[in-house]
Amino acid sequence: MTETRAPNTLTPSSPAVAPGVAGAVAPDTLLRVDNLVKHFEIRGGLLGMSRVGAVKAVDGVSFSVRRGEALGLVGESGCGKTTLGKVILRLLPATSGRVEMDGQVLFDIPARGEPRRRPVYASNEAMKKVRQNMQVVFQDPYASLNPRMSVGELVGEGPLVHGMTDKKEREALVRDMLGRVGLNQSHIHRYPHEFSGGQRQRIGIARALALHPAFIVCDEPVSALDVSIQSQVLNLLNDLQAELGLTYLFIAHNLAVVEHISDRVGVMYLGKLVEMANVDDIYANPRHPYTVALLSAVPEPDPHRRKKRIILKGDIPSPANPPSGCRFHTRCWLREQLGRPERCTTEEPVLRALGSGQESACHFAEEISPEAVASAVASSGPTVTAEP
Amino acid sequence: MTSPARAVEPPLLSVKNLSVAFPTEDGLVQAVDDVSFSVEKGKTLAIVGESGSGKSVTAQAIMGLIDRKAARMTGEIWLDGQELIGLPADEMQALRGSQVAMIFQDPMSSLHPFYRVGAQITEAIFAHRSVGAKAARAEALEMLQRVGIPAAERRIDDYPHQLSGGMRQRVMIAMALINKPALLIADEPTTALDVTVQAQILGLIGSLQSEFQITVIMITHDLGIVADVADDVAVMYGGRIVEVAPTSVLYHQPEMPYTLGLLSSVPRMDRDVSMRLEPIPGNPPSPIRLPPGCVFAPRCKYVDRVPGGACASARPELLHAAPDHLVRCHLPSEERQQIAQDLLRVLAGGAA
Ligand SMILES: Nc1ncnc2c1ncn2[C@@H]1O[C@H](COP(=O)(O)OP(=O)(O)OP(=O)(O)O)[C@@H](O)[C@H]1O
Ligand SMILES: Nc1ncnc2c1ncn2[C@@H]1O[C@H](COP(=O)(O)OP(=O)(O)O)[C@@H](O)[C@H]1O
Ligand code: SF4
Ligand code: SF4
Ligand SMILES: [Mg+2]
Ligand SMILES: [Mg+2]
Repeated sequence: MTETRAPNTLTPSSPAVAPGVAGAVAPDTLLRVDNLVKHFEIRGGLLGMSRVGAVKAVDGVSFSVRRGEALGLVGESGCGKTTLGKVILRLLPATSGRVEMDGQVLFDIPARGEPRRRPVYASNEAMKKVRQNMQVVFQDPYASLNPRMSVGELVGEGPLVHGMTDKKEREALVRDMLGRVGLNQSHIHRYPHEFSGGQRQRIGIARALALHPAFIVCDEPVSALDVSIQSQVLNLLNDLQAELGLTYLFIAHNLAVVEHISDRVGVMYLGKLVEMANVDDIYANPRHPYTVALLSAVPEPDPHRRKKRIILKGDIPSPANPPSGCRFHTRCWLREQLGRPERCTTEEPVLRALGSGQESACHFAEEISPEAVASAVASSGPTVTAEP
Repeated sequence: MTSPARAVEPPLLSVKNLSVAFPTEDGLVQAVDDVSFSVEKGKTLAIVGESGSGKSVTAQAIMGLIDRKAARMTGEIWLDGQELIGLPADEMQALRGSQVAMIFQDPMSSLHPFYRVGAQITEAIFAHRSVGAKAARAEALEMLQRVGIPAAERRIDDYPHQLSGGMRQRVMIAMALINKPALLIADEPTTALDVTVQAQILGLIGSLQSEFQITVIMITHDLGIVADVADDVAVMYGGRIVEVAPTSVLYHQPEMPYTLGLLSSVPRMDRDVSMRLEPIPGNPPSPIRLPPGCVFAPRCKYVDRVPGGACASARPELLHAAPDHLVRCHLPSEERQQIAQDLLRVLAGGAA
């Protein structure tokens, strides 16, 4: 499957393609996620022995990522983005669903209600290979680096674990990586606390790159950084992608940041994907009422264009007890406009393709029009109240 | 509005040459360095800057929350004709919560976890006014309804942990505003919230501000929020104010190179995404070793344009570029304007 590469040179895992056209030129799928479910059990009762419920952190998510593409994943706190990333990487066990990476099935676990069959898991040996091919960069550059390891040890750890035992060879690789992420190569013996937040995030990126992965999950890689540092790291991620043909799953809550990095974007709400489309389409023409509201809530840095917003009612409901039917129905402006059709509360919408190539999980996606949005904005008065 | 009357009315708040330094084991932390600004009644001033630039310490100084034993503080803070730095602790205590109030990023820093929210609000009433228990509770309930707490008559007896993050934020706002303060300082009030809840809270603060005629200082690092709510903006960097201007001037005719850097480095949804971000190189300065000249000099692209290496050696003053526009930079104003307009033209050219 993956070619074997010289240990201390970084070769693109696929021809480098300019961001934005990746999907068009490289249609082959690198990652495929089918009906992925991750429930965290809530235990209660005497001694916490009984199962009293479940946090439905990820609740039936399917999508695929093409080679060389950056897929952005947005959504508000607690909607399941991090959990989704961790389950794909097998850092957390899935409840059910199937994930295939570069032709290798990582796991395939039947869902509840599906005909019984044996769950399939990739062997440890196969997983070791896969792990080399998919890496992660976390949000918090302070917490995710072991403070007792030097930069050289941190970046060289993966190659060591994967059999690069020659010390000289490893050091050469580490120096190459540090150069690539814009760190001073002479800092190889320093420790994380000696670096600023932005530099630590660069160490985290070098660490992820050291195994020459094809696929990197970036979970909020810039949200802990100062505003003037964020763009340094975003540019670095963009450059590395173009240079090495990397494929990203880019998780973030900042919509402007996601727009900047991504070729396609998926929007999550309460453990579900509610919309998926090319970045330009989704930002210009959102086709799910939640995406419309989310985009309209972002304040634009231009005082001449103070936006009129759709202000949603209330907070996100608990993922332990999601609303019936469409999970967004408790806050949905379109449902109100349509006179509260029953279908919203009784039938769970599935992600379906609309004519434009966009996918939306709203029964009434076709009713979203500039007029409908304008009227929702108008009825979002300044005095807003929350709903229970 | 009544602009002729406003012109003669002195500003509600006026901070003059405020400096706050904390002696620490590693050296003197110069958190706030010669900061001056003023806010007119009923207006919103945004203080924008990245983490560690001195925004919160400035706010704490106005609130009288700086521990005078641990810090060296100089300067003047005038609130409605009264100087606050020289005020005895008990008089400052009386002002806090009645004349000036503050809300924070983390609502639990002002809410006590073991008391019901209603009791905490009535406590805030009793601290400043002699009101009967029944009247106070009615007032608290009304305020909870006003800030959009659903089923407030039930929620008033909840403990903070029973409320969602957005609702706690609303309770904190209710508590801050219950005595109708003249000045509200909001220190990153929505940084921990999701954008849809942020939109609710900013909308709420705005409508309460006009209803109660409150003057607001909004502290944030988000240029989107600034553009959305502020009448005027002060940009802080390395403990100093480097630029002050009316909001539209700051975004469309900025002059200070750090402000320019911020405006061109932050990803924005209204700009062409294929355009490369222009990051500010390097890192913010350490407050223990602030650069001797201009605090921004180690990261500034334009140091070579100033003769004699002045950027590295001489501290620029905050000077008028226009009557309502102050800039701290050695470059001549015309040159700064030229740099800014060239840059903004490039940025706008990329927009769809
Ligand atoms: N180990 C766990 N045990 C129980 N519940 C969990 C666990 N990890 C996550 N959850 C819950 O699962 C849901 C999804 O969490 P997740 O961390 O994936 O959200 P997220 O979208 O990444 O949010 P954020 O934007 O805040 O990072 C949340 O309700 C969270 O509280
Ligand atoms: N009590 C204190 N003792 C020592 N240093 C402090 C103290 N409070 C704040 N500082 C330092 O002062 C600087 C400015 O802090 P702050 O005003 O909180 O920044 P921000 O702009 O992020 O709100 C920072 O370097 C901070 O670490
Ligand atoms: S299905 Fe109904 S409730 Fe759900 S998003 Fe569409 S209109 Fe709103
Ligand atoms: S004074 Fe010099 S270093 Fe400072 S902002 Fe102006 S040009 Fe740059
Ligand atoms: Mg997360
Ligand atoms: Mg602060």
